[in-house]
Amino acid sequence: MKNPLILVGLAVSLVIAGGISYYASSQPDGFEKSAGEIGFLDTAEDSPLAGSPLAEYGVAGVENDRLSGGLAGVIGVASTAAISFGIFYGLRRFNKSKP
Amino acid sequence: MHIPDGFIDIPTSAAFAAIAAVGVGASLKGAAKSLDEKTAPLAGLTATFIFAVQMINFPVAAGTSGHLFGSVLAAVLVGPYVATLALSVVLLLQALLFADGGLTAAGLNVFNLALVGVWVGYGVFLLVKKILPKNKSSITTAAAIAGFISVPAAVMGFLLQYAIGANSTFSLTAVFTGMMSTHVLIGIGEAVITTFAVTAVMASRPDLVYGYRGTKQQLEIRKA
Repeated sequence: MKNPLILVGLAVSLVIAGGISYYASSQPDGFEKSAGEIGFLDTAEDSPLAGSPLAEYGVAGVENDRLSGGLAGVIGVASTAAISFGIFYGLRRFNKSKP
Repeated sequence: MHIPDGFIDIPTSAAFAAIAAVGVGASLKGAAKSLDEKTAPLAGLTATFIFAVQMINFPVAAGTSGHLFGSVLAAVLVGPYVATLALSVVLLLQALLFADGGLTAAGLNVFNLALVGVWVGYGVFLLVKKILPKNKSSITTAAAIAGFISVPAAVMGFLLQYAIGANSTFSLTAVFTGMMSTHVLIGIGEAVITTFAVTAVMASRPDLVYGYRGTKQQLEIRKA
C-alpha cells in the first residue's frame, strides 16, 4: 500500500470512530423519530443480538462512556477494514485469474 | 436509516433478503471486473470510512439527528457494484456486531441503502454529470445532488416495504409525509459530507475516482 491517501483515510476513520464519535448528537435518529411521530415505533423488536458485548456501540463492562464508545468504534473500524479489504483484494485476484 | 426487527413482517423481510442476495451476487461479478491493484484499497477504505462516519449523528432539527448513508459517496468513488458490496459489509457488520438494525430486517436495509441508494443515486450522478461541463468541480456537484436525492430514494424503498408488509396500519401518506419531512434534512447533511469526501479524494488522487474516470473516457470517445 504505497498510496498515502489510504493510510491517511484509515487514520481519519480511526480518529472519527474512536474519538470524535463521542461528540455525536445523542438525539434520536430521524428514522426512529419519524416512526415514533407517525406511531409505529412500538412495533420495533429488540435485535436477537441486543445483549451482545458491543451492542449500541459500547463495550460491555467498560464504565467510562468515552472509552467504551471509542473502543467499540475502533473495533468496528478494524473489523470493517479487515473484512472489506479482504473481500476487495480477493475479488481483484479472482478477476486477475480470469483469461 | 437502520430498520429494526418488527416494523416489517417476516415474509416481506425474507423476500427482500432474497432480492438483496441477488443484487449482492450480481455486484460481486461486476465488482470483480472493476477492481485492480489501485482501486481495491480505495474500496476497502471507502467501506471503513462509511462505517466510521455513520457513527457521527448530526443534529437536523429539534430533538432529531441523522447520519451519513454513504451510498453515493461509495458509488462515485469506487463504482456502483463495489459500492453495493461496501454498503452491505457495513450494514451486516452493524447488525451483527453492534445490534444496529435488525437481523431479520438486514435484507430490508441492504435493499434500501446498498441497492436503491447506490443505484438510484449513481443514476442521478450520471444524469447531472451529463448536463454539467466536463470538469472536476462538476463531479463534486453531481455527487452532492445525487447524495441528497439518494436519501429520499432509500426512504421510498422503505415505503415500498411498508406498503407490502408492515406490522402496523398507518396510511402510506402518513408514513411518506412523516419520513420525508426529516429525511429531506438528513439529505442535506448527506450532500455536505459526500461533497467533503469526494473533494478530498479528487484533490489527492483523481485518477482513482470511478465517477471521474468515466468522464475522461467519454471525452476520448468524442474526440476520436
